[in-house]
Amino acid sequence: MIGAMMASSYNEDGHITVSGPGGGTLRSKKPENTAFKQQRLPAWQPILTAGTVLPAFFIIGLIFIPIGIGLYVTSNNIKEFEIDYTGEDVSSPCFNCSQSFSWNSTRPCTCVIPFYLEQPYESSVFMYYGLSNFYQNHRRYVKSRDDSQLNGDMESLLKPSKECEPYAMNENKPIAPCGAIANSMFNDTFELFYNDPNGTKVQIPLSNTGIAWWTDKHVKFRNPGLNNPNLTAAFQGTTKPVNWRRPVYELDSAPDNNGFINEDFIVWMRTAALPTFRKLYRIINKTSNMVPTLPRGNYTLEVVYNYPVRSFDGRKRMILSTISWMGGKNPFLGIAYITVGSVCFFLGVVLLIIHHKCGNRSNSADISN
Amino acid sequence: MTWRSPLALLRDALRGQRAREKELRNLVSNLPYEGLEKGKQPNRHFPGNAIKTTKYTLLLFIPMNLFEQFHRLANIYFVGLAILNFVPVVNAFQPEVALIPICIIMALTALKDAWEDFRRYQSDRKLNNTPCLIYSRKEKQFMERRWKDVRVGDFVKVFCNEIVPADLLLLHTSDPNGVCHIETANLDGETNLKQRRAMSGLCISDPEFKPESFDSLVVCERPNNNLNHFKCYAEKPDKEKVGAGIESLLLRGCTVRNTDTAVGFVVYAGHETKSMLNNNGPRYKRSKLERKLNIDVIFCVILLFAMCLVGSLGHFVWLQKQPGVPPYLVADSNGHLDSPGLSAFYMFFTMIILLQVLIPISLYVSIELVKIGQIFFIANDIDLYDEETDSRVQCKALNITEDLGQIEYIFSDKTGTLTENKMVFRRCSIMGTEYAHKENGNPLHCAILFKQNELMQHLSLLFIVILHVFIYMHIQPAPVAVLILDYNPPDTLPNLAKMSGSLRRFITSWQRKPKRNRIFSEDSVIEEDHFNPPVKTEGSGAISGLQTCSLHAPSQDGKPATTSDNLSYEAESPDEAALVYAAKAYGFTLMGRTPNSVTVSLPSGKELVFEVLDTLAFDSVRKRMSILVRHPITKEYVLYSKGADYAIMELLEHLCGKQKSIAADTQRHLDCYAREGLRTLCFTKKVVSEKEYESWSVNRQRALAAMENREELTMDTAVQLETNLSLLGATGIEDRLQEGVPDTIVALREAGIQVWVLTGDKPETAVNIGYACRLLEEEDLVINMSCKNTLACTSILDCALEEVRRYSNDPRNVDTTPDISLVIDGRTLTMALSSDLQERFVDLAKHCRTVLCCRVTPLQKSRVVKVVREKLKVMTLAIGDGANDVNMIQAADIGIGISGQEGMQAVMASDFAISHFKHLKKLLLVHGHWCYTRLANMIIYFFYKNVAYVNLLFWYQFFCGFSGTAMIDYWLMIFFNLFFTSVPPIMFGIMDKDISAEMLLGVPELYRMGQGEYNFKTFWISMLDAFYQSLVCFFIPYIAYRDSDIDVFTFGTPLNTISLFTILLHLSIEIKAWTVVHWVIILGSVAIFFIVTLAYSGTCITCNPPSNPYWILQTQMADPMFYLICVITTVVALLGPRMTEGTKKQQHLRKNHFTPGIKSN
Repeated sequence: MIGAMMASSYNEDGHITVSGPGGGTLRSKKPENTAFKQQRLPAWQPILTAGTVLPAFFIIGLIFIPIGIGLYVTSNNIKEFEIDYTGEDVSSPCFNCSQSFSWNSTRPCTCVIPFYLEQPYESSVFMYYGLSNFYQNHRRYVKSRDDSQLNGDMESLLKPSKECEPYAMNENKPIAPCGAIANSMFNDTFELFYNDPNGTKVQIPLSNTGIAWWTDKHVKFRNPGLNNPNLTAAFQGTTKPVNWRRPVYELDSAPDNNGFINEDFIVWMRTAALPTFRKLYRIINKTSNMVPTLPRGNYTLEVVYNYPVRSFDGRKRMILSTISWMGGKNPFLGIAYITVGSVCFFLGVVLLIIHHKCGNRSNSADISN
Repeated sequence: MTWRSPLALLRDALRGQRAREKELRNLVSNLPYEGLEKGKQPNRHFPGNAIKTTKYTLLLFIPMNLFEQFHRLANIYFVGLAILNFVPVVNAFQPEVALIPICIIMALTALKDAWEDFRRYQSDRKLNNTPCLIYSRKEKQFMERRWKDVRVGDFVKVFCNEIVPADLLLLHTSDPNGVCHIETANLDGETNLKQRRAMSGLCISDPEFKPESFDSLVVCERPNNNLNHFKCYAEKPDKEKVGAGIESLLLRGCTVRNTDTAVGFVVYAGHETKSMLNNNGPRYKRSKLERKLNIDVIFCVILLFAMCLVGSLGHFVWLQKQPGVPPYLVADSNGHLDSPGLSAFYMFFTMIILLQVLIPISLYVSIELVKIGQIFFIANDIDLYDEETDSRVQCKALNITEDLGQIEYIFSDKTGTLTENKMVFRRCSIMGTEYAHKENGNPLHCAILFKQNELMQHLSLLFIVILHVFIYMHIQPAPVAVLILDYNPPDTLPNLAKMSGSLRRFITSWQRKPKRNRIFSEDSVIEEDHFNPPVKTEGSGAISGLQTCSLHAPSQDGKPATTSDNLSYEAESPDEAALVYAAKAYGFTLMGRTPNSVTVSLPSGKELVFEVLDTLAFDSVRKRMSILVRHPITKEYVLYSKGADYAIMELLEHLCGKQKSIAADTQRHLDCYAREGLRTLCFTKKVVSEKEYESWSVNRQRALAAMENREELTMDTAVQLETNLSLLGATGIEDRLQEGVPDTIVALREAGIQVWVLTGDKPETAVNIGYACRLLEEEDLVINMSCKNTLACTSILDCALEEVRRYSNDPRNVDTTPDISLVIDGRTLTMALSSDLQERFVDLAKHCRTVLCCRVTPLQKSRVVKVVREKLKVMTLAIGDGANDVNMIQAADIGIGISGQEGMQAVMASDFAISHFKHLKKLLLVHGHWCYTRLANMIIYFFYKNVAYVNLLFWYQFFCGFSGTAMIDYWLMIFFNLFFTSVPPIMFGIMDKDISAEMLLGVPELYRMGQGEYNFKTFWISMLDAFYQSLVCFFIPYIAYRDSDIDVFTFGTPLNTISLFTILLHLSIEIKAWTVVHWVIILGSVAIFFIVTLAYSGTCITCNPPSNPYWILQTQMADPMFYLICVITTVVALLGPRMTEGTKKQQHLRKNHFTPGIKSN
């Protein structure tokens, strides 16, 4: 380092050594007198004083309280109905199904749950299934998928990623879709019937499209062999996930909702952030402006009970909900805004009083001085 | 090339090793062996002159640089973590990604190292290829070669103004007297010339020098780094030995001046030259803040481990609670599930890699960047620039800027640091009579007035100035410098044009940088002052005074027409120059000085030529120097001595009668001078009989030729002769205070800094200067400690301590206590610093406002600094300008060198170099405060930032079964630290201004108040703050998204956004002054976050499994909930303790300080 310094001092002082006495022009080392270099850039120095803090508090209060009220009202207008059909209870209609269960049973167990809607649901209704205590966010679980296989990559289809282990191969055949997420896909099915007061049971049409993200369905998930209309051929050489009853190419009859681009599958693959979660199952579209989508009355939910939750003390729910611009029912945010706004406002008032009093005192002190 | 057996090669290598290691080296001329192969060369064992200061080679750069970087513990830690990612059981998402940050940081460091090394390589190459002249036997002349071709044993010719390529033993010069002048500015910055003398009688040098005739064996010592010491002798074929020392050695890197040519024999080349051996690596000092920082990093590691432990235990409990095997528990590839205990154990490591960001990987790099920025601003401060010398403040130590804000004790040298070191002759005492020189700045000027003064009649005073090295006396055809014009008769003006360039340089350098008297340093100079009373037998005309100076004519051939008015002197010590000028003012002009003679012109116009027989050089033991001359008229041998009063007084001949009263009077005058703050010197004379001289002379020659203990022997001979001196008189020379010193000292004191002065001067002088620079005040209680033995010292210490305690404990004295100051002399200091009294001394010193240490040696200076630093555990700063301050500068936490007056040794050893003492005020009070608060705040912020961010991940573990999942995309996490939030804190560390410069200068107390910015408390408060904010940032979105259909990474996106805003807004609250740069960087960071994240989530479809960033931010940004959650969370996070704390701080500031002051700024 000093070697370099010495050497460079030769260079820098070269005018002495090379050009001899009197030679060489000295470049002044005087620093530039600029605002930046002299650290004199014009600066704004925010100083927190009563004059700036008080209005800030009031403004926050004035803005937050209306927002909070708006959110709260919106949330309250959302209608939500939830029914737990886990069948833990002996009295529960699904008790039998929940007891006699194995992943591979071929005989479907169906349970029928009646319920009563006290309010008519005017707009489109979203039907969710809810699981609790299901850790879809477990580190190993989240990893256990092969995105390129799901993206339609032929190579990955036949050679799933190592991350899918131990659900990558079954009987020496690659699993499609591989991994623990796909393997544990929720497979209960719901059917909803409206019990007309006149005694007839009307099945309510459930739409199974539009429940996944558009980008997922069209970009992220693709069937292998893009132009191959025959999905069975495209999935040739693969086997179904161990827990599945049908192979992936038989998930739905509609070709644009089959295979990897089946929306139920896509929804499941978007792993939930928290152990208690809901996932969109179906949409009950609004048919006309005259009739509510779900009128008040008795309903019957027919569940084909396939999904075991006892191994993790889980609960299963079916949720019907209307939605607004802010999504589902969520009173918390409104309450939070109202609370924070009120606290700010209150603090503002308190500070104002203190300031007023102290200010007076110090003013009088100044005067007396 | 003949083939040689490996054995022979090995033997040769071993022999070479031995030859290099030997205490004495035998060198012969290469000329007889010219053209022979390498194996036959006699000096082949010694390295050539090519130098290589690069650390790396092209091929080995990567492994060597990696090796170097892994010396840093932090790097090993981070690489260890990166490797941990590749262990399968920790289930890292993408192990390769974990390598990116450490790779980027190490690559940046490597790039910096490579650039530095390349610069070194370039300068090496340039140096190695510099042309030089080497004698060739074949060509019978000097041939142009390169520096790298120079070998030990070669003959090298150097022309005027050329740089010496290697250490040369001077054999011949163009000067008839065999002298050669060199300038050592490249080595130590001293611009004055030093004289070197050719070894005589080794070659036939008449009329032309013939290297072939050199047939001696040169025996020299092993290379060492002492620039002022060299021992060697040449053994002629007839076994006659001729000794030589440093006075015959031309050092590599010096420039030859005022000598047409010089020829030397290469004794050391390349890395063995003294200048290269002096190039030790850079000093590495660790700042106090950095030491504290490392403790906090350890706290962070502990915190990390605690969090990992919580995660691991949590995972265990969670697994235990599972009633069966749930579908989300994924077995390994064999379908086997680990037991909960084992899983929990693995989970500990998974957690480590998940939460590793807690230990800020970029902190060290950021600190270095911040320091570079801070140094840039310090170096560019126009207030610290000195017009006169065109020098900025130099920051040599790059990593201790913040220590400038932590100083509690300052140790200052006096001469040249507090004072200007521009000497003015003031008064003298001759044979007991006191004379005053007129109180006017310019001695020359006033002396002209003085000539008419009737006092002059009584003063037949002559200064005899004997300079051991030389005085440069320029006989100028015409003056150029203003100073000379002052007293020059106008008729010389037309000659102005004839002035040569070299002269101009010397004159200006004399004006600007007179060298300081190094009475207390190793190589000094003698002056003699001789009063010649009119009653003396020689008569008034025959003046026994003489000046021995080295006459140096500007042009070698010119026969200078010496007119006394046109003389200008360059002396090694400004005291001497002052004396010579004063003598000249009284008509006794030094006309010429050669090694062997001194020419003096008397007021009568008569010229006297004294023959110089010997000079007895100054050393710090004797503290005096002498010259032995032969009087031209009486032919007597006279020894004149000059030195410190106590060094001279004890050597006076037996005092009787008149002599005794003269001595007493002189002593009284000396004391009086010292009280006035003058520097004193005593002058004596001794007539030596011829017989005595001759017997002494033999001893002297023997001592000079000795190889062993030469210094001691020559000193002994000097002591032998310097006895029974008769006192002539004493002089008092004024050294004025530098501009702004009192003001600076008062400000530093108000800032709570204790200022100590350590000086080689006598106590009276020091105390006087102390009053002058307001170090001592009139009403102060001054404790004077000067005692002869330990017992007395102990009792004085105890007494003083008791008194001091009584004073400070007395309630009546709360407001009226005079400040206590301690004056202690060197001898007493030695006793006080002995291990048994140390405690008491330090205790006493702690109570004192000021301590003046007088008559201290360089070693004592550093000892004082060390003792105070270690015993009181305080931050110390030492400031000095001379070689005698180097020890002290290196011992202190911060060493500051004052450039300009006395060479560059102090500057070379220092961490910062300034040009005036007054610059210390702004350097400490403003830059010190700023650098410290900036860096401290930045570091605290850095810890806060990482903890706040990492805790989001930690809280999430409670909701994912402690499985180590990250809800934020891995790349975005890396970007977050590397790009989105890295620049604002660096800018904050470089540019924030908590208090304006004017305010800091105006209210020095702020300096002390700023010192506690970074401590245990602030660290933990910011940690708590980080915990609070992370709780808010996690749980508000958590509650908002509970039981919804949100997925892992969609949940992470608002969290990431919220923490970005919280972290940046938190910084915004910390920023005290917003400039354009602040706005650009903060807003730019936000913009970059959105641009990068949007681009990343717009393009990454399957690029980073298992994370799924595709179109997430876009979706989120289309959702009003996202904004609503971001706003409320950020507001709550910042409204909490931060806001109230900020308000409190501001109010505190406002209350305590000067509301009007702040407003005005």
